[in-house]
Amino acid sequence: MSSASLATASSDTPNYYDDLIKKFVIAAVFWGLAGFLAGDYIAWQLAFPVLNLDLEWTTFGRVRPLHTSAVIFAFGGNVLIGTSFYVVQRTCRASLFGGNGFGSFIFWGYQVFIVLAATGYLLGITQGKEYAEPEWYVDLWLTVVWVAYLIAFGGTIIKRAEPHIYVANWFYLAMILTIAMLHLGNNVMVPTVLFGGDFVKSYIIWAGVQDAMTQWWYGHNAVGFFLTSGFLGMMYYFVPKQAERPVYSYRLSVVHFWALTFLYIWAGPHHLHYTALPDWVQTLGMTFSVMLWMPSWGGMINGVMTLSGAWHKLRTDPVLRFMVASVGFYGMSTFEGPLMSVKAVNSLSHYTDWTVGHVHSGALGWNALISFGVIYFLVPRLWNRERLYSLRLVSTHFWISTIGIVLYIASMWVSGIMQGLMWRTYDSLGFLQYSFIETVEAMHPYYIIRATGGLLFVIGALIMIYNLWMTAKGEIRDEAPIGLDAQSARAAE
Amino acid sequence: MQETLEKNLVLLSIVTLITVAIGGLVQLVPLYTMETTIEKVDGMRPYSPLELAGRNIYVREGCYVCHSQMIRPFRDEVERYGHYSLAAESMYDHPFQWSSKRTGPDLARVGGKYSNDWHVAHMIDPRAVVPESIMPGYPWMADRPLGAEKIAGDMKTLQFIGVPYTDEQIENAQADLKAQANPEMGDADAMVARYPKAVIGDFDGNPSMITEMDALVAYLQMLGTLVDTTSYKTSPDGR
Repeated sequence: MSSASLATASSDTPNYYDDLIKKFVIAAVFWGLAGFLAGDYIAWQLAFPVLNLDLEWTTFGRVRPLHTSAVIFAFGGNVLIGTSFYVVQRTCRASLFGGNGFGSFIFWGYQVFIVLAATGYLLGITQGKEYAEPEWYVDLWLTVVWVAYLIAFGGTIIKRAEPHIYVANWFYLAMILTIAMLHLGNNVMVPTVLFGGDFVKSYIIWAGVQDAMTQWWYGHNAVGFFLTSGFLGMMYYFVPKQAERPVYSYRLSVVHFWALTFLYIWAGPHHLHYTALPDWVQTLGMTFSVMLWMPSWGGMINGVMTLSGAWHKLRTDPVLRFMVASVGFYGMSTFEGPLMSVKAVNSLSHYTDWTVGHVHSGALGWNALISFGVIYFLVPRLWNRERLYSLRLVSTHFWISTIGIVLYIASMWVSGIMQGLMWRTYDSLGFLQYSFIETVEAMHPYYIIRATGGLLFVIGALIMIYNLWMTAKGEIRDEAPIGLDAQSARAAE
Repeated sequence: MQETLEKNLVLLSIVTLITVAIGGLVQLVPLYTMETTIEKVDGMRPYSPLELAGRNIYVREGCYVCHSQMIRPFRDEVERYGHYSLAAESMYDHPFQWSSKRTGPDLARVGGKYSNDWHVAHMIDPRAVVPESIMPGYPWMADRPLGAEKIAGDMKTLQFIGVPYTDEQIENAQADLKAQANPEMGDADAMVARYPKAVIGDFDGNPSMITEMDALVAYLQMLGTLVDTTSYKTSPDGR
């Protein structure tokens, strides 16, 4: 591939601002744990509603946006910005534009955004738009930080010593630009304080059906560009690095980059099938969602096939296992997505837990697993350690979180499809067979299984944090290498 | 082409932006320009001050994460919840609250289905009236005075972005709010004249105070009641 150089150290290596990346890694791990805990807490609330505590700050309605924002924007956002700064410096062989001071502004500015948004939710300050809940003043602040991010990222590319812009940076750039566009379009708020109302309240200028379409133009492409494009950027740098193999196909990366960028934006209406949104928009949304399957799998194939000739490493390298499994989950959920966007399927799946399970196969399986892999890659390098404290603990983390994900997804498939079917079941006399509350009752065991899966995922994150902590301290665990059975391990001694 | 783009940040950015802009423009712009997007119906009016305050509480509490307000045109949904939702019915909703999850039932036409007393008991302790419910309780709402002194500011903001509030409605915001929650505290007839079909009454059973519960129940009781769906005719193209 033409921009093959995954920058390696040489005599003219510029000074990379890696202390800044450390901060993003720490913040990502911190917010990740907070977001996972919030998610598992509300999962248990659905099984045992007494956990809502009858307090306004702890109800499902307020904590659920806290969970989604914490995992997407706080965990995912810190991973994305941090890794993009790591990758762009190395693939451009240039130090970060604006240096440490500007980078620190972006870091702290982003954390302020998170804290303002999160505290607002618990206090009931929200726009009431899914994944765009922060109120107008938080939106404005994020805009400032995001423009600074674009300047730092773009500025680094401009001063690059490499002739080509590496493929990972296309994806990061598409993420930054598109998120800016979506954020501005979906947050055209008029604060009521301008007309004598409260400070912390605003109304979006779009209404009803138009607001719905704008919201899912935004919402689906927050998935498409924040959780997909940006994370594909990570994949294109860290999978080849960890596997020590070049990206499988340059041509495929070009084709799937442009196809993904063009097609994704059309898919929003599949969130609004059979609603009052005009049929022509729904049909467009469905059609493009199905087409989107191809570039999605283009990315998956490019990531997985990068392991050509290095498959044996999966046996001995649990960090690589995280990354490859994540790409596998990406492939699975980007197959499930187009399936669910077909109107006939959606008529059953919409409004049910199937959607929730689908989101989590992407969010836990793809976004979180690749983030864990990348964090395991970064921490020894950023803290200048020989290697991770324990690869066996990485392996334990891998299996415990994977089992957690499987419990989560499988229970939501069953509960979602079951509830969808129960809603539309008629008895022999032509009456609805089940009252709504009977369908809620039937969900109870699956909610317990789901929350248990989430708990396993949280435990896995705690194992990771312990491992990273010991790694940063410079400790190395005395353990047998992975991939050798006990006998050959003894023989090796 | 790609050779040029991947060597030039500005070109790459511009082409990327154009590429991502197209889909959104095609899907969004016609929704504002095509007259068929929103049906012509009778009965739609802006929210009364008390209903608006209740809707703000609905948004604040994140009710949309579990309750939809969008009945799809399926036999089972229409039988369970009522006539399928029309685009016109949310034409004054900033933001829309269609939602994407039904952990609880759809609320698009919940207005008038249950008594005020039922709603209040249900909000205070959902399991007192529906033992299997998994909804959080909201007991504090019954005790908390409704902080709606600035509701006229909200209405002016909505007027600014296109909701057809009249200046008269805005001037009488506080009077109408009180009259709807307690007919003895104001001119209920004038209030209903300004907001046809408005449900009047002491919603929370506590006449001494207008609480958040009053506002929320007032909002729930009007949901889906404005448009007479029995007189609604689908257009020739089937919508």
